[in-house]
Amino acid sequence: MRESSPLLVVEDLKTYFFTRRGVTKAVDGVSFTLHAGETLALVGESGSGKSVTCLSLVRLVPEPAGRIVGGRVLLEGEDLLQKSSAEMRRVRGKKIAMVLQDPLTSLNPALTIGTQVGEVVRLHQGLRGAPLRERVLEALRRLRIPAAGTRLRHYSHQFSGGMRQRVSSAIALSCAPRLLIADEPTTALDVTIQAQYLELLKEVQASAGVAIILVTHDFGIVAAITDRVAVMYAGRIVEMGSTLQVFDNPSHPYTRALLRCLPDVGLKREQLVEIGGQPPDLARLPQGCPFAPRCPERQPICDETYPPSVPVAGGHAASCWAAPGAKARA
Amino acid sequence: MRAAKHDVPWFPGLVLAALVFTAVFASYLAPHSPTAGDITQKLIPPLWMERGEWEHPLGTDRFGRDVLSRIIHGSRISLIVSLIAIGVAGTIGTLLGLISGYRGGVTDAVLMRLTDVGLSLPTILIAVVLVAVSEPSFSNVVLVIALLLWPRFARQMRGETLAIKEQDFVALAVVAGRSSAWIISRHIFPNVVPTLLVISTLQVGYVVLLEGTLSFLGVGVPPPSPAWGLMIADGRGFLATAWWISLFPGLAMVLTVLSVNLLGDWLRDHLDPKLRQLGRAAVLEAPAAASVGPVDEAPVRGAAAGGDGA
Repeated sequence: MRESSPLLVVEDLKTYFFTRRGVTKAVDGVSFTLHAGETLALVGESGSGKSVTCLSLVRLVPEPAGRIVGGRVLLEGEDLLQKSSAEMRRVRGKKIAMVLQDPLTSLNPALTIGTQVGEVVRLHQGLRGAPLRERVLEALRRLRIPAAGTRLRHYSHQFSGGMRQRVSSAIALSCAPRLLIADEPTTALDVTIQAQYLELLKEVQASAGVAIILVTHDFGIVAAITDRVAVMYAGRIVEMGSTLQVFDNPSHPYTRALLRCLPDVGLKREQLVEIGGQPPDLARLPQGCPFAPRCPERQPICDETYPPSVPVAGGHAASCWAAPGAKARA
Repeated sequence: MRAAKHDVPWFPGLVLAALVFTAVFASYLAPHSPTAGDITQKLIPPLWMERGEWEHPLGTDRFGRDVLSRIIHGSRISLIVSLIAIGVAGTIGTLLGLISGYRGGVTDAVLMRLTDVGLSLPTILIAVVLVAVSEPSFSNVVLVIALLLWPRFARQMRGETLAIKEQDFVALAVVAGRSSAWIISRHIFPNVVPTLLVISTLQVGYVVLLEGTLSFLGVGVPPPSPAWGLMIADGRGFLATAWWISLFPGLAMVLTVLSVNLLGDWLRDHLDPKLRQLGRAAVLEAPAAASVGPVDEAPVRGAAAGGDGA
């Protein structure tokens, strides 16, 4: 399965925002691949370009300020960036689905849950009447929504946060997408519900073979359910590898710093560790590595040239001058 | 005022129920013809005064027409003008507002400048000119009022749309492959219906007053129809001797407008799902709650009403 052709190939994706202050390079040359059934985590600080990357994949970058200025997004071999908006509409519903951070605004407060799930199913499978209802119930039951039959007639405000997120996910998964983009789906949920929800997502993924891109800044979640991790900083992927590789052998100073920020009960630290300094201004990126001003392993070359991506191990790479072999590749 | 939010507004409710009832059954309720007068019965004062008669409880005008009967039939004119004018203006305004808010960009700029032009028209002047150029008639009055009214709807609906389209469910509908027309009609429109109801209600008062003003100026519904504004104008020359000719239609108008506005305020507090869900304390903080009110004086009053009970 892994060896087959990838479901999604993103090549050198660039999404810029053109503002009065200048050009903000929110996503600046992001590349990755994703296979069916795989889960990729996008991690990084706020403003590192995770969400904009996701929006670019479905071509929902807020216009007219934002624009995708370069790169390719190949979904099953077809370049989404070349499609007309009518073609894109078909792709969005059928192949790509999204779950967003805030379950409160993900559902339409004026329509019942049954109506909202039903409309998606009807749009994509053309069902009506009893078979439609059956499919809707099935979609809700798959995400373990209790008493689905009566819940159909309820409105979103009658659901708890965790239940709402399940309903949103049921809607997203009801049309059997190939790719699910989950932008911080657990951020608004209770910690107790988070694990439950992720477990459910994992289960559904296993049965449906859907690939997931999971945006998060929670390393606990990354460790728990993802196969691979891409660490983003200032619009670029600075390190990417399998979850195990990245956790065992973080090869970019930024990744190491992020991992150090995790609170650790065992170590009984008095204070949480932070990364000194501020994320860079994306409109005025330095010539060299944008992390250099905050980096403990800074060298003269870091300020001059952006480091190349250096393979650390099979499928694991980092963009850092301090990585072994980086200078040889430059 | 009473602080109650869930209490049914019995006063405006009763007044409006009575108004609708009289308007519908005017021909059965009115004791006399609204247009045919008996010249021998002219200028009879109301019942409780000297010379007053049971035959004409609110007196008669200079042509001997029964004031009560004319007020009863006049309610019909006020209501029908309001309903049609608001229906037309509401439909046009809502449609343009939804499109303007959802599409944004050039469409929005053009439609909103058009709305600004509409809002800056000097109401009475335009009404007088338009009706004077054409013939004063029932349908012309309705059209003029609708013309002056639609920008209020467009403005408000655009604002609501802007707020709603930023919500995630709209983005998710786009991801699900929905067309703009579908998203507007299915996801945005149902969420603006409460606001639409509230502004429509609040506009009834405005329309009743505007129609009254036009009739008073002689460019409204043409005589001898018993429009309230016409009756007030009719009695103008007799204010010192036969004040009842003007006073009673004036009172009817005040009572109607007051009731409709009270009902509109109550509806606004009651229909907004956000207010219903969060309760009063949250309402005062939520900026969204303030934007729900219509363009004119209403938001201020809404805030005051909320403050009373807190």
